[in-house]
Amino acid sequence: MSARSQPRLLRALLHPWSLGVAGVLAVVIVWTLVSASGTVDKLFLPSPAAVWAAGQQQAAEGLLWSDIRASVSRVGAGFALSALVALPLGIAMGANRVICRLLEPLLALIRYMPAPAFIPLLIIYFGLGELPKVLLIFIGTLFFNTLMIMDAVKFVPSELVETALTLGGRRDQVLVRVITPCIIPQVIDAYRINMASAWNLVIVAELVAATEGLGKRISLAQRFLRTDEIFLGLIVIGLIGLLIDLSFRLLLRRTCTWAV
Amino acid sequence: MHLQLDRVSKVFGEGRSSKLVLEDISFEILPGEFVALVGSSGSGKSTVMRLVAGLERPSAGAVLVDGRPVRGPGSDRGMVFQKYSLYPWLTAAENVAFGMELQGRGRPEIRERTAYFLEVVGLAGSASLYPRQLSGGMQQRVAIARALAAEPQLLLLDEPFGALDLQIRESMQEFLYQLWQRTGLAALLITHDLEEAMLLAQRLHILAPRPGRIVRTISLASERSDLAHLRVSPQFLELREDLARTLRSLDGALGA
Ligand SMILES: Nc1ncnc2c1ncn2[C@@H]1O[C@H](COP(=O)(O)OP(=O)(O)OP(=O)(O)O)[C@@H](O)[C@H]1O
Ligand SMILES: [Mg+2]
Repeated sequence: MSARSQPRLLRALLHPWSLGVAGVLAVVIVWTLVSASGTVDKLFLPSPAAVWAAGQQQAAEGLLWSDIRASVSRVGAGFALSALVALPLGIAMGANRVICRLLEPLLALIRYMPAPAFIPLLIIYFGLGELPKVLLIFIGTLFFNTLMIMDAVKFVPSELVETALTLGGRRDQVLVRVITPCIIPQVIDAYRINMASAWNLVIVAELVAATEGLGKRISLAQRFLRTDEIFLGLIVIGLIGLLIDLSFRLLLRRTCTWAV
Repeated sequence: MHLQLDRVSKVFGEGRSSKLVLEDISFEILPGEFVALVGSSGSGKSTVMRLVAGLERPSAGAVLVDGRPVRGPGSDRGMVFQKYSLYPWLTAAENVAFGMELQGRGRPEIRERTAYFLEVVGLAGSASLYPRQLSGGMQQRVAIARALAAEPQLLLLDEPFGALDLQIRESMQEFLYQLWQRTGLAALLITHDLEEAMLLAQRLHILAPRPGRIVRTISLASERSDLAHLRVSPQFLELREDLARTLRSLDGALGA
């Protein structure tokens, strides 16, 4: 046995991702074996090959891309709006006791109303277009984003704020030059976590009412008993979610080297 | 600047749970003077400092700067905190520049003064390092440079070397003493280390705990060319033992 090759193999096995990849592979292998054995009805459990074929077909027809574009842009618009409103609101609540006391009970209450329960109302108000879906994502993530940002502000070490004051800083300078940069890592992380619920909500909204989108494709597939397309939809949804999550992590690592 | 504390008391909390932390504290610091405040943990040293900095208001009495009551924090009273308080997202140089930027000084001036004060604290070579890349002693020196760069008239030091090991501590004391001689700043040093206070200060107040009050004030000889030598001189050791006895008796009274 060569003394060189073994450590390299070992290193590959010890890579933090290797176990995760192994877990995914194991599921795919079990899935392949079970569907090949014929013990489960193809209608319930399509083979990986069938799902792949469905994917290729949808890609060729262009459906896959237009669905992804529709879902992603709804999430993008709704979440961007939510992030934009939550940042100043959360900072204001974290930094100002009066604003906090005024709004916190209200937000805490609304937070417990499940966002999907707003769908009927939004449809009555705004019909079936893009606006109600974007608003659903906005509503569904605004409160979590705001409360998490508020918490981040409250945990800014008081020494950092007081140092700025003893250096001659004004309150508004403290807000912009101390509190804001200090909470950026937590803000990115809050966005990353709440992005997951935004991504869930868009699928739910599309299941209920849409002409295109990944959720819509799944509910259409159900009507025609196309489980391969349902599987495809679920996998694509999962993969895009993972991709979004990873890009937020990357963003955090790139922009906030001091905090990671 | 002339700082006066006139029968200052501080109560935290209200009603039943209120707690008298400082009682009738009076002392003053004249321009260019180095004063130290020594007391055991929890005797209210940091509270005195926060009152002077304007981060707390006295419950009774007055904190006066040049005869006028302190209304809040200001850059005339620079502060170095007990805990490291550098901005972790800024480099050493950016930390030093921070106060001057808040004050709205011009860029060339900021650049020049930042370089100068990093040089003063001996960290010119570490300008572009982040706080987590600096040792505790280096971080505290950056914090001192940051306070100095904002041009205070009084430097408030709250156990600035408390978290450092003995050797670095001694060299930091040496550094602080030379800095004070060079700049002619007034300084208030808070510490629980008698030796440190005796080496550096011209006047020393001993704070008794619960409630914090000044029980003894000592003026120290201003002639000290060599701190290392002074540390082991018989007179110095004798006085130190005497003061240590006072401090011990205060803690003893507490236990009884
Ligand atoms: N904001 C506050 N609210 C209530 N109590 C406080 C507050 N700040 C300080 N105290 C109390 O005042 C007392 C003195 O605190 P202080 O921090 O001034 O002591 P210290 O001498 O600096 O102690 P140490 O040497 O441990 O730093 C303590 O008993 C503390 O619990
Ligand atoms: Mg203290």
